[in-house]
Amino acid sequence: MSDDLDALKSRTEADLAAATDLRAWDAVRVAVLGKSGSLTALLKELGKVAPEERRERGAALNRLKDSLNAAIEARRTALETAALEARLAAERMDVTLPPRPHPAGLIHPISRTIEEMAAIFGAMGFEVAEGPDVESDWHNFGALNIPAHHPARADHDTFYLPPVAGQSMPPVLRTHTSPVQVRTMLERSLPFRVVVPGRTYRADHDATHSPMFHQIEGLALGRDITLGHLKGCLIDFLRTFFGISTLPVRFRSSYFPFTEPSMEVDIGWNRKTGELGGGGDWLEILGSGMVHPKVLANAGIDPREWQGFAFGMGVERVTMLKHGIPDLRPFYESDIRWLRHYGFNPLAPAMLHEGV
Amino acid sequence: MKFPLSWLRDHLDTSASLPEITDALTRIGLELEGVQDRGAALAAFRIAHVVAAAQHPNADRLRACKVDTGDGALVSVVCGAPNARTGMKAVFAPPGAYIPGTGITLKIGEIRGVQSAGMLLSAREMGLGDDHDGILDLPPDAPVGTPYVVWAGLDDPVIDIAVTPNRGDALSVRGVARDLAAAGIGTLKPWAPPPVPAIFPSPLHWSVIDDKTCPWVLGRTVRNVRNGPSPKWLSDRLTAIGLRPINALVDVTNFFTFDLGRPLHVFDADKVSGPLLTLRPGAGETFRALNGKDYTVTPDDCAIADAAGVQSLAGVMGGAATGCDETTTSVFIECALFDPIRVALTGRRHQIASDARQRFERGIDPALLPDGLEAATRMVIDLCGGEASEIVAAGSEPGWQRAATLRFGRLAGLGGLDVPADEAVASLERLGFSVVSRDATRVTVNVPSWRNDIAARTDLDFAPGLDAEKAEAAAAGRAAIEPEADLVEEVLRLKGLDNVPPVSMTVPGPVPLPTLSPRQTRTVLARRTLAAQGLAECVTFSFMADKDAALFGSPDPALRLVNPIVADLDQLRPTPVATLAQAAKRNAARGFADVSLFEVGPAFRGVAPETQPIVAAGIRAGATPRNWLAPTRPVDALDAKADAFAVLSALGVPMEALTITTDAPGFYHPGQSGVVRQGPKTALATFGALHPNVLAGLNAAVPMVAFEVFLDAIPDPKRRRKSVPDLPAFMPVRRDFAFVVDRAVTAEAVLKAARGAERQLIASVALFDAYEGDKIDAGKKSLAVEVMFQPRERTLTDAEIEAACAKVASAVEKATGGRLR
Repeated sequence: MSDDLDALKSRTEADLAAATDLRAWDAVRVAVLGKSGSLTALLKELGKVAPEERRERGAALNRLKDSLNAAIEARRTALETAALEARLAAERMDVTLPPRPHPAGLIHPISRTIEEMAAIFGAMGFEVAEGPDVESDWHNFGALNIPAHHPARADHDTFYLPPVAGQSMPPVLRTHTSPVQVRTMLERSLPFRVVVPGRTYRADHDATHSPMFHQIEGLALGRDITLGHLKGCLIDFLRTFFGISTLPVRFRSSYFPFTEPSMEVDIGWNRKTGELGGGGDWLEILGSGMVHPKVLANAGIDPREWQGFAFGMGVERVTMLKHGIPDLRPFYESDIRWLRHYGFNPLAPAMLHEGV
Repeated sequence: MKFPLSWLRDHLDTSASLPEITDALTRIGLELEGVQDRGAALAAFRIAHVVAAAQHPNADRLRACKVDTGDGALVSVVCGAPNARTGMKAVFAPPGAYIPGTGITLKIGEIRGVQSAGMLLSAREMGLGDDHDGILDLPPDAPVGTPYVVWAGLDDPVIDIAVTPNRGDALSVRGVARDLAAAGIGTLKPWAPPPVPAIFPSPLHWSVIDDKTCPWVLGRTVRNVRNGPSPKWLSDRLTAIGLRPINALVDVTNFFTFDLGRPLHVFDADKVSGPLLTLRPGAGETFRALNGKDYTVTPDDCAIADAAGVQSLAGVMGGAATGCDETTTSVFIECALFDPIRVALTGRRHQIASDARQRFERGIDPALLPDGLEAATRMVIDLCGGEASEIVAAGSEPGWQRAATLRFGRLAGLGGLDVPADEAVASLERLGFSVVSRDATRVTVNVPSWRNDIAARTDLDFAPGLDAEKAEAAAAGRAAIEPEADLVEEVLRLKGLDNVPPVSMTVPGPVPLPTLSPRQTRTVLARRTLAAQGLAECVTFSFMADKDAALFGSPDPALRLVNPIVADLDQLRPTPVATLAQAAKRNAARGFADVSLFEVGPAFRGVAPETQPIVAAGIRAGATPRNWLAPTRPVDALDAKADAFAVLSALGVPMEALTITTDAPGFYHPGQSGVVRQGPKTALATFGALHPNVLAGLNAAVPMVAFEVFLDAIPDPKRRRKSVPDLPAFMPVRRDFAFVVDRAVTAEAVLKAARGAERQLIASVALFDAYEGDKIDAGKKSLAVEVMFQPRERTLTDAEIEAACAKVASAVEKATGGRLR
């Protein structure tokens, strides 16, 4: 290669190295390859070269052109890469910064427990039924074989509302969810199985009693439902709900005006540690029994044809046991710190196939 | 009910241990409440003889004693009690014993050079009193080596059981013994008091006005008695069950109340203005009862009156004026049968909870009156001397006899346990039932007099308006089934319910049907939606203070509790917003003012079921969270609107058809609240900022916004297949418009007009800016909307777009009086 071509090559390479941005790089490219570029000029002058030298000169010029093109492209890639890197470096942010707030809400433990109960009893063929909080005396007491003089009334600490014209007894705040048993018997066709979660009220206020609390009632009526089914249903429920397949369950004879035979149900636990299951102590957890013939008859059901069981349990009580919540009163205080601690994720509802 | 073990053994012959007895009680429905065993902690202490008590060689105030504990060898004990003396009998605690009064476990020690291998105890050190003048100084005949608790009669545990309201018969030691015997814990001892001979005619007689109130009453005078303190065995028993011994005559009545469940009353016969004691309705007289309080008897009460007036409230409490005291020399014993319902109502009316009432209202043994009176007379004469009159009576033993039939198959058919017929019959016989007839399938038994809960003839209480034919069949069914159910319960109770094999519920198919109704599912979904919106679910009380409820509307007197537990929980809440606002306030008081709370619960508008709607309500208080990217701002009405809309949308309400009116309830800020309506009538929700007066009434320092969604008002969801989706193939075109309108013009008016300008072409209209300020005229505002045109057949030409835009502009200008900016 002749000296002038060598010079052009080394000069261009030096210029490219000196170009530190794309604008300078483009100036070098135009100065070499542009219309009035130095290489373009040499190519134009090829015709003036003596014919015997032209072939060799042409080949040399083409080699130079390829080489300069490659050098120019390489430089552009390098400059672009550097520019991107510089931009990325400049755009670096503090990713430890907190994101935009999206406060999470939550589900109250009472609602959660009721959902779990509905899921478990639902799998046993129960439907959920509901009734009003303010009830008639008949629904809350009379229909359930608790007449006005009954000693059991004294245990109920009933809240009364002012008398209503045309009604012999004043309305009450329901003292249990059992009045919905009566409503269900009057409204549904037999056989049926229902569970009834809801608010209940008793005039009792101390560390372990709240004037408002929640119960869940169960009622299963059919032709041949026995006390054995009642036991099976409750054992199945309690073991699933508490997640202890070997939970000891004990049944004791007792009395409720609306069932006969009646039983109290205890579960095994350790009184000292509060742990459920073993421990050798018993904890009373719910009342139950076969529906009293008078209750069926009061609702117009012939007890010779239909029989079944009923049970009732405190929602807060089993919630406290299941989650180790020590105190009843905060359930109703709406302390946001307590709610955040014991509340449940709304997007993870109780579903049997996900495990309750 | 409480009773010491020794009392139970008066009636029950048993070798069962205390735990066997208490386990059986719980199993058969006489639930154990507790055992108080005062002797257990003192079991190690023995009676000892202080052979020598000499001055301690190295301590002025101590004595070095040699003690004979009954083991033969003398024990050296250093004692600080001033009354320790040679020859006395004392209570000795050996090394290793725990001293309840001091909480110390004894060790062998050396006190100033003298060994002390035990301790002589004071009453206080044993936890038996406060007396600390010195060690217990026992009588000289106290037997050395005998456990102190045995000698002192403290080794008698007191059993406490809960008796259910149906078991009046178990409110007696004998009744408990009978049940235990039937359950296989020993045998019931026979009891038949021999009659006390009648020496003279009774100076007092009965007269009964209403034999329904008092079917039968007996009485007897015992004259020449000497009343005074009861003997130790009787006062010990009464003390053990928590009763205060009064005097022998009164204590006898209390004894039989608990021993036989047979309440009695004693009149001082000399204080009664005889000769007639009349059982009659009260007539407004006031008398002083034995508890020292004055009661005014009503015509609904049964009073016992003499010539001077009312002296006793029958079956509930006697009177002070005719009561027995130390001066009594002639006593008239009352042994009666009263109507349980009247006693219950009288007791409740006058708020008297007496042991007599407790038994009468549960029903007492109607056949026990003669024997009860004989036994009481005998004990009066045994304790106080004297001689008995003839028995005077009014009325007669009522016909209590009833039979009940058990079909053996029902033990399994109802009770789930196939108890052999012989075993079932034997159980009933042990309980006192007697067989009338029996064949292979059934047994008919007579009910014992004390079990008024079995085959009881009580009234039904039919549903109002129940069909007569149904009622008749139900009543017949009940008459046939109830006595049998009573017997099934008795057999299973004694057999033990733990023996009934559990049977899992069978379901119609492997896949359960829905448990919740569509409406219930909606409630659950509303709850989840609000929690997902960032609100924390609360459960607040249904009642609140009347004055706080008043902030949310004039409180309805029909919804004020007659007997609130505390004054600030007396009014049923008109809306859950009311109690949630208080919850937000409480959180602010704890330093957490910025809270978002919700509740799905009842609002109370009346007492009828349909006036207690379920409302999903919420409160947002304070400000949005502080964050470096999103500046904090006070919560506003539109935050509450967003929450309400989230629920409505989640529940499938067609949102584009909703309208907002500005007639929200008065607890909202009138200019910053709205009612969400579907059609002109149906209000689905309310939202807004709370009224400044409400915030002031709550003493709230931060703003609060609230919403209510009336779940019951939302039409039932329709289960319909979805239509084919609208997915046009052509690009939509978006154009922005800004309208200057009067300040009073609503955004809804602008959006509605724009949407209606070209229904086929306009797919959506969205407000993206609202401006009021100095760049436009005062009293005006600028509302900017983005309109999306969606062509369906071909791409729109510029001219078509222009024409559509012009339609939008003119439609909005026409509807709102505004102009394009």
